[in-house]
Amino acid sequence: MKNNNLKAWLYLLPALIFLGVFMVYPLIDVFIYSFEEGYNFASQSYYGTGTYNYSYVLRDPYFLQALKNTFILVVITVPLSTCIALLISTGLASIKRLRNLFQTVYFLPYVTNTLAVGLVFMILFKKTEYSPGLVNAVIEAFGGVGIDFIDGPYWAKMFVLCFYTVWVVMPFKILILTSALCSVKQDYYNAAKIDGTSKFRIFRKITLPMISPMLFYLVITGFIGAFKAYSDAVALFGTDLNTAEMNTIVGYIYDMLYGEGGGYPSFASAAAIILFVIVLTITCVNLTVSKKHVHY
Amino acid sequence: MKVVLKNLTKKFPPINKKAAEGVTAVNNFTFEIPDGKLVGLLGPSGCGKSTALNLICGLLTPTSGKIFFGDDDVTELPPERRGVGLVFQNYALYPHLTVRQNIIFPLENLKGKDKLTKAQMNEKALEIAKLVQIDSLMDRKPGELSGGQQQRVAIARALVKMPRVLLLDEPLSNLDARLRLQTREEISRIQKETGITTVFVTHDQEEAMSISDIIVVMKDGVVQQVGKPQDVYDEPTNLFVAKFLGTPPINVFSGCVKDSKLYIGEDFVLDANGVSDREVYVGIRPEGFVLTESGKFNCELSRVEVMGRDISVVATNAHSENPTVRAIISAENKLDLAAKTVSFDLKPNKVFIFDKTTEERIK
Repeated sequence: MKNNNLKAWLYLLPALIFLGVFMVYPLIDVFIYSFEEGYNFASQSYYGTGTYNYSYVLRDPYFLQALKNTFILVVITVPLSTCIALLISTGLASIKRLRNLFQTVYFLPYVTNTLAVGLVFMILFKKTEYSPGLVNAVIEAFGGVGIDFIDGPYWAKMFVLCFYTVWVVMPFKILILTSALCSVKQDYYNAAKIDGTSKFRIFRKITLPMISPMLFYLVITGFIGAFKAYSDAVALFGTDLNTAEMNTIVGYIYDMLYGEGGGYPSFASAAAIILFVIVLTITCVNLTVSKKHVHY
Repeated sequence: MKVVLKNLTKKFPPINKKAAEGVTAVNNFTFEIPDGKLVGLLGPSGCGKSTALNLICGLLTPTSGKIFFGDDDVTELPPERRGVGLVFQNYALYPHLTVRQNIIFPLENLKGKDKLTKAQMNEKALEIAKLVQIDSLMDRKPGELSGGQQQRVAIARALVKMPRVLLLDEPLSNLDARLRLQTREEISRIQKETGITTVFVTHDQEEAMSISDIIVVMKDGVVQQVGKPQDVYDEPTNLFVAKFLGTPPINVFSGCVKDSKLYIGEDFVLDANGVSDREVYVGIRPEGFVLTESGKFNCELSRVEVMGRDISVVATNAHSENPTVRAIISAENKLDLAAKTVSFDLKPNKVFIFDKTTEERIK
């Protein structure tokens, strides 16, 4: 038995070392930095310890802006993308012809580079001296007034960011949900059909509970992914996100570390811990809610 | 409610372009299921019995032919308007709902004047649960039930709407041997208590024989014989039916009829009056042998299996179509185990003669 235990630990060792060095140690380190005021990488020194980093970050208007942006992004994109993905995969699961073609088409954004997609969105939305952007061109063609989506008002920029995020995260969700839908046994549908169950009721009472584990997985990873959003904003609005009012929490952390006014690892660490706590809380809430509604 | 099938045919299209022809799973079915009877559709796997069941319940639409429930033509009706209850082979109980919710599920679909209150639904569910004896399990999930209990829940769910016809697809195939015996009696009891016309599909002839009022023997999409189990067993219309029914299976020999006398090899075994001279298959039920020293039919004795009440004599015969010949005789018979050969007389009503080419019974 003892011998066996030793063996087990030996097998686990490589993974444990990697996790320890690259996950656990940095996490503890960040936690420590966040309480060390004015930590300096070069000299490895700091003035003192305390909660000043947190109070600074929480009062920083840039952080509050980033926090607001991130929450708006999460609240809009996670439900929206999941619902649209569910709709599309339900459609995909019920057609036979061309299913593979559509599946490929819907999956394309997933394999496309973020910055390349950003470029496409620029063409769609950016107003330049030569062109109003494709979307504005359409709006104007129908007699509307064009808006600068990239450098214009806050809500327009937020709309583009949400649109972009939904579009980018959707393929993975469609893929997962289509396979989840296909794995529901036909017998359940036949049984419901014989009992004269309406289509809507079949979907609500049979399909949804049957795919609820997958749906739940997508919601959780969706929340976490949206909280960690950064590259999407960069792809659309460039690196100076604070000026564009489009920064996210992760963007704020990056700016604090390496950005133009950067070099504040203590503030970055404090912001990172705040993000960690937010994500942890939301995930715990999700897990509690899921106990009632997810059927394994 | 009697069920009438008229020239019912179901062809499936070819799977791909290479397969030139599709499959005719059900070929020109015509028979009538009398009201309130328990009918077994019996046949080897792939013979179209499940397709026939799906046609009756409406999950499949026939290529041609008609289906009547009583006097109503239901051929074009969708399943939910036929008033059928179907029990699936794997039960198809909704795993996320409790037993009660599963049973109530069909009732919740009722609309308009048939709509029930919650209390009425619960009452009906409890009533039907008592009938199948699962009323103590109402708040469990299907995953917490044994196979036999799941089967009962499935039957309850199919019965709760009081369907005109109850259909069961291989109802016992997922149960172990002991439970199978118990459940088949249970099905028979429930059917008798409710009086609902019931059709069930099985490949197990013993199962079909034991509980059915009528069995329908099928092969390759074609009905071979319809009748009461005992009648079909005693008077099979062809070699397939004779072989398919009965355990141990019937012994088949090649023989011939000459001058109204039936021969197996050199042995003249029975008179065959009115049969013209030809090559035939001779089918002899295991219980059709009478051990007699002066018997007309001789086999080489291989071994004897003692089963208490009976003994099973395993022998070989050069003209047997099977590797061994099996005769079941009463244990009171004294048999010389050292003997090389064993002689039998045959009971005429347990011997069937089939034409060698058409395999049809010759009477």
